[in-house]
Amino acid sequence: MYPFTFTKARTERAALAAGARGGRYVAGGTTLVDLMRETVERPTEVVDITALPYRDIAASPSGLRIGALARMAELAAHPTVITRFPVISQALNLSASPQLRNMATIGGNLMQRPRCLYFRDVTARCNRRAPGTGCAAIGGENRGHAVLGTSTRCVATHPSDLAVALVALDAVVLLRSPSGDRSVPVSRFIRLPGSTPDVEHDLRPGELIVGIEVPAGAHTARSGYLKVRDRQSYEFALVSAAVALDIRSGVVRDARVAVGGVATVPWRLPEVERALVGKAPGTRLWAEGSARAADGAKPLSGNAFKVELLTRTVERQLTAIGGVA
Amino acid sequence: MSGAATGAPMSRVDGRLKVTGGADYAADHNLSGLLHAVLVTSTVSRATVTGIGTDRARSLPGVVDVLTDFGGVTLPYPVGEISFFGQPVAVVLAETLQQAQHAASLVTVRATARPAVTSMTDPKAAPVPDAQTPDYTRGDADAALQAGPVVVDNTFTIARENHNPMELPSTVAHWSGGTLTLWDKTQWVQGNARNIAAALNVPVSAVRVICPFVGGAFGSAGRTWPHQILAAHAARRVQRPVKLVLTRKQMYTGVGYRPASWQRLTMAAGEDGRITGIVHETRTETARYEAYSDDTTELPKMLYTSANVRSAYRLVPLDVSAATFMRGPGTVTGAFALETTVDEVADQLDIDPVEFRLRNAADHNQVTGVPFTDRRFAECLRAGAQAFGWSRRRPPRMRREGDLLIGMGMAGAAHHNNRTSASAVARINADGTAAVASATGDMGPGTYTSMSQIAADTLGLPVSRVRFHLGDSRLPTAPMHSGSKTLASVGSAVFTACSMVRDGVVRMAVVDPASPLHGADPAKVAVHNGVLSAPGHGSERYADVLRRHGRDGVDSTQNWTPADESRFSSYAFGAVFAEVSVDVALGLVRVRRMRAVYDVGRVVNPKLARSQAFSGMVAGIGMALLENTTRDRRDGRIVNANMADYLVPVHADVPDLDVDFLPGSDPAATPIGVKGLGELVIVGVPAAIGNAVHNATGVRVRDLPITLDKLL
Repeated sequence: MYPFTFTKARTERAALAAGARGGRYVAGGTTLVDLMRETVERPTEVVDITALPYRDIAASPSGLRIGALARMAELAAHPTVITRFPVISQALNLSASPQLRNMATIGGNLMQRPRCLYFRDVTARCNRRAPGTGCAAIGGENRGHAVLGTSTRCVATHPSDLAVALVALDAVVLLRSPSGDRSVPVSRFIRLPGSTPDVEHDLRPGELIVGIEVPAGAHTARSGYLKVRDRQSYEFALVSAAVALDIRSGVVRDARVAVGGVATVPWRLPEVERALVGKAPGTRLWAEGSARAADGAKPLSGNAFKVELLTRTVERQLTAIGGVA
Repeated sequence: MSGAATGAPMSRVDGRLKVTGGADYAADHNLSGLLHAVLVTSTVSRATVTGIGTDRARSLPGVVDVLTDFGGVTLPYPVGEISFFGQPVAVVLAETLQQAQHAASLVTVRATARPAVTSMTDPKAAPVPDAQTPDYTRGDADAALQAGPVVVDNTFTIARENHNPMELPSTVAHWSGGTLTLWDKTQWVQGNARNIAAALNVPVSAVRVICPFVGGAFGSAGRTWPHQILAAHAARRVQRPVKLVLTRKQMYTGVGYRPASWQRLTMAAGEDGRITGIVHETRTETARYEAYSDDTTELPKMLYTSANVRSAYRLVPLDVSAATFMRGPGTVTGAFALETTVDEVADQLDIDPVEFRLRNAADHNQVTGVPFTDRRFAECLRAGAQAFGWSRRRPPRMRREGDLLIGMGMAGAAHHNNRTSASAVARINADGTAAVASATGDMGPGTYTSMSQIAADTLGLPVSRVRFHLGDSRLPTAPMHSGSKTLASVGSAVFTACSMVRDGVVRMAVVDPASPLHGADPAKVAVHNGVLSAPGHGSERYADVLRRHGRDGVDSTQNWTPADESRFSSYAFGAVFAEVSVDVALGLVRVRRMRAVYDVGRVVNPKLARSQAFSGMVAGIGMALLENTTRDRRDGRIVNANMADYLVPVHADVPDLDVDFLPGSDPAATPIGVKGLGELVIVGVPAAIGNAVHNATGVRVRDLPITLDKLL
């Protein structure tokens, strides 16, 4: 670990000032500290923001407002989240371990860095960690890597389960800087690697995540998260699917489908959604819709199975949420 | 040996210490003036080192030295050459761990890399014979395969696995007046002391190794590894105590692994359901600088009756770190191939797999021709089938619950009852307590507890008045705490020493006119609760005898040496049954329940034995479904060297487990009637799970781990 200074920001103003001069924000510390130990991250100034007032979870008819410092465990256990946004609660409970969920915050969850084995090994080539050095995963061990949203520079999957649920529900990230507030959809906040995989977020220097808004809709209550992985718990997804459906009078009125573990960012499946909306729900429709799930997938040497597994996972979760009728 | 202690499901005598943090593990020792050592390791698999840049590291506050010259020590590979990815090339010594870690990250290594071969599948990887495992032939196996009529011929691969115990490899080295004390994580304090002495070129009498507690090892702490030698070397060089703890990542190349294996097993059988021939070929990876034999051939040669067997074991030297034994070494690997093949042959013959095994179970050691001391393989198979509900098994792919295909599988298991010469000292103190000691270890099986039980019953004392000591190289000689031999070997030595010291006190009493036992036949003197008594005589306590003789204690050091196996062959047996579900679309395999029956002779402590059996099942689930040390074949780098990416079972992966031990004792195996247990309990597990997956899906996966991509 490289030497660094550590301060605790008592006020938002102090935090933003520290951020403006290059300080790295830390809350739960479950990602940043790990990466500092591996010397993947080498901040010179670390600013603890856990004293800031961003911990509330507020539910209203129009949706959820989640403070950036709410813990994963708190959000997962929130009664309204469990009943009206089950996909969020499930995605959280299928993440990490109880110890980590008790520490890690929602803002930090969106800021997680990839689980790529080469990204985390400072002796390996990695364009995300050390731009221009190449990607060791392409042509290396890439069973866990992405088949969608990849570039010739990077094929790392986005690690967050929560972000997949948030992207499915059109959630928005609330950001604050000395120059003011702005909001960005989660789907745009987390960036495709393209030619600059080291730029992972639409986050300006010193900007703070203060919260996340999730709009409510008829679909949010009928939602759920499926996570497929080798180990039954405490593992990142091989494939995951967040599904939310609004089915009324025998017709799919609204459909939200996003997948994780297969893409460099939380991956929305608009083609699948379009194939579902306006149709009669049922086994046939779920098969038809999921047939589009892997459109454009580009498997690597070690992860061709993810293409088929993706389709089957989406079909399984559409069936689970939509029913077999 | 009889009494209340043996056979009782006692809790661990050291349990409270462990759960309250009172048990001192190697890295818990903090001596005054102690320096922290951090290794700098190579990032190529094969190279010549041309220079090591230490200036930046040395300039940091707190850094005392950066050792790159390993002169005066003998390491298992040539210094100055890189023989594997992760090889230690420098040792950074600093006042704090953080200073040492940071300094280590600033050391630069210049090396001229050469092409490396790091995978058995590399065309340049060439198998060579293993001196320790000569080719074996009886009868004419190839002719038997030709004759058939049923022949099953398949290849099996098993991924490399790392032991991943909770406690990381740790050493604290302290020199004082030419004598080295090591507080070290090890399964063998005495062997380690000898190895360290040899590596540092000092007399063995100058090295003392202490290890009272081990936080899991599974074989990884059996031998002496470079980090232990380097810690001792560094402490000698700087003349200060040094603590060296490997990182989890360094553990993957620092303390061995179960080598990746390739096997081909061909089996022929007649229509009568009898095996007629077996041909078994194996290759396992090994370091180019050191041959490690993970002999897989034992069970295929001896578990089933077959007049015709041929086996050939080959090593594949690679530019990798040294392999070592990992729980059930070789045996579980060979058993996976054997027990999967047996299942397939039974399937082809349309004979129930349990019945097929019963029909073919060997009634004597097929290799040596001698009878077994005790052989209850058939009883294990029958009892296991009954307890598990094997009769409910359906043909492959015939049982479905929603999206899940359900299957049952089973496998036989056996393990040689390893025993080695061992010594122990037993002492009865004047206060009526006893102390018993041997230089053995306790890496988890509960040695402290089981030895206390054996000692208590042999001495006629309650367990609460017996203390067992281990983990110090100055104690009486014990073999490596490995290979399931500790209870059988050290337990027999403890029994012998306790018998002798008890008998000694009895003799003191019966010849003493002042004793109520004067004149009694020593053979008729019984001791219960520390009280000596004989029919027709009075009684008195150990303490009374000793006090009258003015002794503060009586002790006896005894060696026990097993008989050779020229007349009897001693094996422990078992049968393992598993039920799995396999998601029909997603390929996810989950073990739903598992039950095993074992014949291990006398069970000294059913609670500990049960824990052992469960841990073997958990490890077997890992081997069957999860564990895989993944290497980048381009440079030999291990890419999942951490506990998030190297998957071991978590609670959610571990279902309803149960185990039964056949009641009994095997006095021909050891004087205390026990047979070793620790390895046996993993041997059948992977094959049982694999066979259950086949029963569920109709698909045979012969490559471990069985991951979902192999079942889509």
